[in-house]
Amino acid sequence: MIETRGLRKSFRSRQGREQRTVDAVRGVDLVVREGEIFGFLGPNGAGKTTTLRMLATLIEPDGGEATVAGANLRTEPGEVRRRIGYVAQGGSTWDESTAREELVLQARMYGIGKAEAQRRATRALAAFQLTEYADRKCKTYSGGQRRRVDIALGIIHEPKVVFLDEPTTGLDPQSRAHMWDEIRRLRAEGMTIFITTHYLDEADALCDRIAIMDHGEIVAEGTPAELKREISGDVVLVSVDGPATAAAKVLEAEPYVNRMETLDGGVRLYVNDGSREMPQILRTLDAAGIMLDSIELHRPSLDDVFLTKTGRSLRES
Amino acid sequence: MKLVRDTWLIFQRQFLLLVRQPVWLFVGVFQPVMYLLLFAPLLKPALSYLGVTTNAEAYRIFVPGLLVLLAIFGGLFQGFGLIAELRAGVIERSRVTPISRLALLLGRSLRDVVSLIAQAVIITLLALAFGLSVYILDLLLTYLMLALIALMTSALSYGIALVVKSEDALAPLMNTIAQPVLLLSGILLPLASAPGWLQAIADWNPFSWAVDGARALFAGDLGNDAVWQGLGIMAVITVLAVTWAAREFARSVR
Ligand SMILES: Nc1ncnc2c1ncn2[C@@H]1O[C@H](COP(=O)(O)OP(=O)(O)OP(=O)(O)O)[C@@H](O)[C@H]1O
Ligand SMILES: [Mg+2]
Repeated sequence: MIETRGLRKSFRSRQGREQRTVDAVRGVDLVVREGEIFGFLGPNGAGKTTTLRMLATLIEPDGGEATVAGANLRTEPGEVRRRIGYVAQGGSTWDESTAREELVLQARMYGIGKAEAQRRATRALAAFQLTEYADRKCKTYSGGQRRRVDIALGIIHEPKVVFLDEPTTGLDPQSRAHMWDEIRRLRAEGMTIFITTHYLDEADALCDRIAIMDHGEIVAEGTPAELKREISGDVVLVSVDGPATAAAKVLEAEPYVNRMETLDGGVRLYVNDGSREMPQILRTLDAAGIMLDSIELHRPSLDDVFLTKTGRSLRES
Repeated sequence: MKLVRDTWLIFQRQFLLLVRQPVWLFVGVFQPVMYLLLFAPLLKPALSYLGVTTNAEAYRIFVPGLLVLLAIFGGLFQGFGLIAELRAGVIERSRVTPISRLALLLGRSLRDVVSLIAQAVIITLLALAFGLSVYILDLLLTYLMLALIALMTSALSYGIALVVKSEDALAPLMNTIAQPVLLLSGILLPLASAPGWLQAIADWNPFSWAVDGARALFAGDLGNDAVWQGLGIMAVITVLAVTWAAREFARSVR
């Protein structure tokens, strides 16, 4: 449904007197399949929005090729526009209009007739539980209501592909869960959905496949399960009383530790079989006279994937 | 056909939003009325060098200048609304749809033209009550001139707003453009008594041609060269301004 090859974009920005070039996206190759929810996971400034804006024909790529919903991004941008929906990170409603007016206008901008546009608006309002507020000005909506209007605007013309830039940022847990249901419903209707997020649990629970982006590049791609499986074994989180460096020093030398990260007040160990190696870890620390605060064993999470791929934790960045 | 449909769509939306805030009409009429009431009485003696002896004659010179002034300023400051729309994401939302880029501009500018003409009609009616007299055909041609000016200045303002993208830059820029335009057009007082060098500069100000044309029309002098010259110059610049601004709407999007 979406295929990109070597998509690139840099921005020139001025900082005081000197000109700086930011390589926002540096060669992205992606394949998004029909009918899936594809997640783009990455920290602030990774280049997620820039990639989406290129695919939605809002900015021209500096290099690379892409086909979106069967249309060539460079040679048939008009065709791409007709086939996609795009929901911007920052929202897109006008304070003085009502949700119904916005939805009708949006449908009409896609060339849909007046009566049909009104029918679709009514249907979309019901689907997104907005009927109650439909004729109130957008400035009176809560953040969650506004976000639902944004998404309804993005799909009013029933596109084949919809790009959702951080659809759940700023929503409370309940509205987020609701939004996930909405997005799954769109998939069930046959839409292909490309979403960006910084939430690991969202990528894990909602997305069929994900790509992890960092510094303008894709560092990993696959289903959440595949990515986690790449990190073989278990993760042991050790927190110690006192500086973590001492613990790191003794544990680093242990043969069963595959990889280790030093954290604030502890270390994270990647081992083959956590339940067998935990007693070993306890003995080693005890022998070195290091006081243990707590020890946890867990299966690798997407954050561990992110950490091994980028050297940083998404939670901390 | 698609262009007409799309333009009508954007026009309707913008017009609805405008009439929902009727305060613009009050502000837009209140100021010119103040000019008519408080400034025009000073004019009769000031214009005596042109042979003006009655209030009606003074209005015939002053009202067309005032209307042109309103058209210029009304248009030039429309860009602020567009910057608010940019910030709200409304423009980006329109850009991902297949709607005509020219319609995004024309729909907005035509809304500005219509609101300007509404303002002009109210002011004309008031001036008529004060003793102005003008032929209907001449008046309609003057409105055509005003429509061209409003279309041009609002398109320019939208184009510049899209380039600078911030109110902080737009405000001083618009003031810088408006001030010499105002001083060098003979809008408030005819330049007939100005020194030769000032008149020579004013000849390069397209709006001074527009004002001359409008004054000739109000004087009932339809055959005067100033009429077609003013209309022609305004039409050419309007086409250029609209072309440029529509390109700005489409920029970075083909
Ligand atoms: N118009 C622009 N001009 C200059 N630099 C830009 C522009 N747009 C984006 N950038 C830069 O490009 C980089 C990538 O930005 P982008 O918005 O794509 O990140 P993101 O992954 O969407 O981040 P976030 O999670 O914060 O939304 C950033 O360093 C950003 O500052
Ligand atoms: Mg972003």
